[in-house]
Amino acid sequence: MMQGYFAFNETLKAAGAYVSGEGLQDIDTATSVRICSGKTETMDGPFAETKERLGGFYVMDIPNLDSALRYATMIPSAAYGTVEVRPLMDYNS
Amino acid sequence: MHSATPYPQAVSRAIDALARTDRGRLLSALIARLKNFQLAEDALQDALASAVVHWGRTGLPASPQGWLLKVAAQGDRPATEDRKASEIARLSVDEAAEDTIDDIPDERLRLIFTCCHPALESKTQVALTLRTLGGLSTAEVAGAFLDNETTMGQRLSRARTKILAAGIPYEVPGPEAWAERLQSVLTVVYLIFNQGYSCSAGDQQRQLGEEAIYLGRMLDSLRPDEAEIKGLLALMLITEARRAAGWPPTEPACRLHRKIANSGTTGGLPKVWPCLTRR
Repeated sequence: MMQGYFAFNETLKAAGAYVSGEGLQDIDTATSVRICSGKTETMDGPFAETKERLGGFYVMDIPNLDSALRYATMIPSAAYGTVEVRPLMDYNS
Repeated sequence: MHSATPYPQAVSRAIDALARTDRGRLLSALIARLKNFQLAEDALQDALASAVVHWGRTGLPASPQGWLLKVAAQGDRPATEDRKASEIARLSVDEAAEDTIDDIPDERLRLIFTCCHPALESKTQVALTLRTLGGLSTAEVAGAFLDNETTMGQRLSRARTKILAAGIPYEVPGPEAWAERLQSVLTVVYLIFNQGYSCSAGDQQRQLGEEAIYLGRMLDSLRPDEAEIKGLLALMLITEARRAAGWPPTEPACRLHRKIANSGTTGGLPKVWPCLTRR
């Protein structure tokens, strides 16, 4: 299972595209917090009860969307889940 | 009697024709230069507006396309109205140095692959292709979808923003993605053709059929060795010719050639056979 991710990490690093990446623990471990009328509310569980949940992320340094999509299909979870690709905000421009 | 605008009618006709026939070509070159879809689109629009004013005074430049491209390419630099006007005036005198249409790099293949990128919704792909390469106005594109112009304008503008923000590349896909990406381009062209074919009544729809064939020819001329493109072009031409002949679909296909030849509306046929027989 993790073997696929390790291999993918190596591919990314070899291409100089790896910036960072983490897997998240299951939503059983999630605690959500928000401020409502100045009061902090803490809740057990994820921010939304859905079948899909965020499992982890990669930050990559790549030139364009096509390249991002190519790498995204190599992430093992693309085979049984969905990989969403989004650019990072650029606060310098 | 001397008029300040000696050729206003000829000029406005010429500009209309240019906007129709060379829009995709000019836009494709501009996007390559400015690296920004929306900016290029706006710049070309401004250049066309300047052309109305300047050509009305001075007549057509030696190479109208070259003139438009140069004026539009300055659109990325913020210029005061005065400076802009003087630069444009200088350009109109400096006709000898202008690029002719053949000197302008043809980037339409890159452009159509960007417009038909699978990261865009399929309706958006069709709309953007019609607007950008087909030379339809936003109102005409909206008409094809029975949308209102504002909604369509917003859709097109969101698409251009996404192309820039999501980093959809302005390039022809490499061999590893070519087949798949070509399919999405051909699908868009065929959707346009179908829209033109299925609604036989209005002029707007007829225009879509011609638009699709125009795009098919354009693709064929840019990649003459691609069988998939030739196949689609042949399919569209033969369907179009058949429609013109009013051929009932129950007759055996082998009579098709004779029937159309006899109908006197051979339309696309002479162009179909070379497409079909070429390997």
